[in-house]
Amino acid sequence: MIWTKIKRVIKAGAKGFVRNGSVSVASTLIMTVTLSVVLSILFVGALLQSTLQGIREKVDINVYLETTTTDDQAQALKQALEARPEVASVTYTTAAEALENFRARHADNPLITEALDEVGGNPLEPSLNIRAVDPSQYQAIADFVTTQNVSGDKTRNIVDKISYIENKEAIDTLSRMIDSSEKLGLIITIFFALISILITFNTVRLAIYTSKDEIAVMRLVGASARYIKGPFIIIGIIYGFISSLITLAIFYPITYWLGPYTYDLGTGLNIFTYYLDNFMQITAIIIAAGIILGIISSWIAVKKYIKV
Amino acid sequence: MIYFDNVSKIYGDHTAALDNITFRVDPKEFVSIVGQSGAGKTTLIKMILGEEKPTYGAVYFEETDIHALKKTDLNNYRRRIGTVFQDFRLLAHKNVYENIAFAMEAAGRSEEEIAVDVPHVLELVDLGNKIWNFPHQLSGGEKQRVAIARAIVNQPDIIIADEPTGNLDPVNTYEIIQILKKINDLGTTVILTTHNKGVIDSLGRRVVTMENGKIVRDDTSGKYML
Repeated sequence: MIWTKIKRVIKAGAKGFVRNGSVSVASTLIMTVTLSVVLSILFVGALLQSTLQGIREKVDINVYLETTTTDDQAQALKQALEARPEVASVTYTTAAEALENFRARHADNPLITEALDEVGGNPLEPSLNIRAVDPSQYQAIADFVTTQNVSGDKTRNIVDKISYIENKEAIDTLSRMIDSSEKLGLIITIFFALISILITFNTVRLAIYTSKDEIAVMRLVGASARYIKGPFIIIGIIYGFISSLITLAIFYPITYWLGPYTYDLGTGLNIFTYYLDNFMQITAIIIAAGIILGIISSWIAVKKYIKV
Repeated sequence: MIYFDNVSKIYGDHTAALDNITFRVDPKEFVSIVGQSGAGKTTLIKMILGEEKPTYGAVYFEETDIHALKKTDLNNYRRRIGTVFQDFRLLAHKNVYENIAFAMEAAGRSEEEIAVDVPHVLELVDLGNKIWNFPHQLSGGEKQRVAIARAIVNQPDIIIADEPTGNLDPVNTYEIIQILKKINDLGTTVILTTHNKGVIDSLGRRVVTMENGKIVRDDTSGKYML
């Protein structure tokens, strides 16, 4: 019996959706726009996260040592670093090796090599390249290197410069961008969600108005409040469900087309691959968002306009 | 069956739609309520349907105060009442079968019951041949017979007919009253409101006369006296 009632409510809801044809289409379209915004924000978030992850993974620390640093001092610092659990590897490059590498890199640029010859000697510093076990540990390593005194006379530090400070700026900037974009995304989503709710609310209100005779008859024969109100909630759910399906379908060709571009931008993420890999999760999120929007809109309309 | 106990209904502008009314309708009775417009007939009907609450007094159905019922119980109570109105209130986009089935569905009846009861009740009002017609394909009298079929299909204890012949010609009026009499003869209580003197005189049943929210006459003479 309950199943029969549920079937009747769903059937009545579907009829109400069809009966209000053009208004239903308008409502579905605006909800599609809202869900598209939600999905776009999901994708932008994934791209930014992937970019940040890529940068984090590429980050290492180059510790440039004073030109007066001896091999022994550099080796002592290297060993001190290698003893730390957060350090994965340390590569020591002497000043001579650094010069050799520099010359090799700029072999086809005579202006630079001539400038080096002009300066005379070796202006480059020896350095240590450090890779951490986890990218989040670079700050601790940088702090350790800064405070470490290996000169022996305890009056000076052999460290001239640590490159992490510059990378850290880039990472922090990107993190702030992600944070801001998430907040902006939330504001845009709320804005569109409110518009969707307002339009769907009015559509359901119209559906209630066009069904006023049915509602009157149902009340007269003692139909339960759920039986009377149920079809209008179903209408809201149908709007949400259809909108979410349209949104998911629209984003298939869009991400297919944008995928190579998003990868080439240096994000390290093909948005189409991301869509396919997370399809079930994304589908669940979008359908749930659509249905929740539909239920909220219709629930408000039903609460306001149907008195049983 | 229905008992009005010192019922008054006073609206916001101090108009008394019902003024200290006390009367009883017994099972299987056929009661006609007559009176001019504004006499309080419609308010009285709305009280029975649980749509209006009395300002003072109480309305009882089988010793239960209608207006003290919870929503669910009120719905169950309404399922025991069938209503017929002057304007038929049929659903224009549904055919005769669907109009009656709709009332059965809303009352929670099964598909099997609907398939059996709808043709049966249409035979009872002599509309078996119009089962697939839409309201716009029916005459006024036929529409009212569909409305009666819809009212009785859930086998109510009471039929409330509010000016059911108001839009009908004399022939259709006569037919509708005959159907209501037949329903009453089968054991259903009928409460009829009307302006039509001829209808009352032809019935020869109990007549309650209202004036300015009061019952001014309640007799079994079967005569319309205003």
